[in-house]
Amino acid sequence: MQHRIASPIILLVSRFITPYIMLYGFYVIFHGHYGPGGGFQGGAILAAAVLLIRIVNDPEVYEIHFKSSFGIPFGAAGVLIFFGIGFIAMVLGGNFLDYSYLPLVGLTQADVRSTGILLIEIGVAFAVMAILVSLYDNLLGEENV
Amino acid sequence: MKYFNYLIIIAFGAMLIYASLGLPQRGPASEVASQETSIAGTVLPSAYYIKNAYRDANTPNMVTVVLADYRSIDTLGEEVVIFTAGLICYMLLWRKRKNAA
Repeated sequence: MQHRIASPIILLVSRFITPYIMLYGFYVIFHGHYGPGGGFQGGAILAAAVLLIRIVNDPEVYEIHFKSSFGIPFGAAGVLIFFGIGFIAMVLGGNFLDYSYLPLVGLTQADVRSTGILLIEIGVAFAVMAILVSLYDNLLGEENV
Repeated sequence: MKYFNYLIIIAFGAMLIYASLGLPQRGPASEVASQETSIAGTVLPSAYYIKNAYRDANTPNMVTVVLADYRSIDTLGEEVVIFTAGLICYMLLWRKRKNAA
């Protein structure tokens, strides 16, 4: 097990900049209704923030931040969010992935569909972020741990 | 031989540019891609999307509506592809860490 001693400047800058990268990722996800963006792009930006922590720090630090065993389960959870929303709509009488049948009271049909789009974008972002981090962890392998 | 390869690349590029001159324009409503029915009489979806995207899903970004609502089964497939790639990488490369800290 080899400790990489990062420069304190790199540590400080990465700690300063990571929350803003994450915030920008969430902005890209939630702004997908009004401009360029969406789940895939926002998930990639969130993964960039997590990977910055992974590149700079030692495993005992970044395992606190995002456990490397969480990658595959979180990716499966993202796919299940997407599939589950489509399946709920199918159970409640519509077609598969017909969001206007989602059980959200007090909204018009168009607003329910808008909310359904937002929910599946969150599922996509979840899966993309977790899978990118999982790919990094698996490709890095055993020797750096 | 090197110059021959360059010649092939340039000739192929010129051929692609010449072929792109025959593509239809995207803007005018009279073009094939903008019409509501095709030559064979079937209904084309693109004009419907442009007219009804905001009314159906109350979302200003038409691309998001097409991607996540009208064509959401395609997006689900893309997400499953990404998840499968990650899962295969995990199955091929993951090893049990013996001396985990």
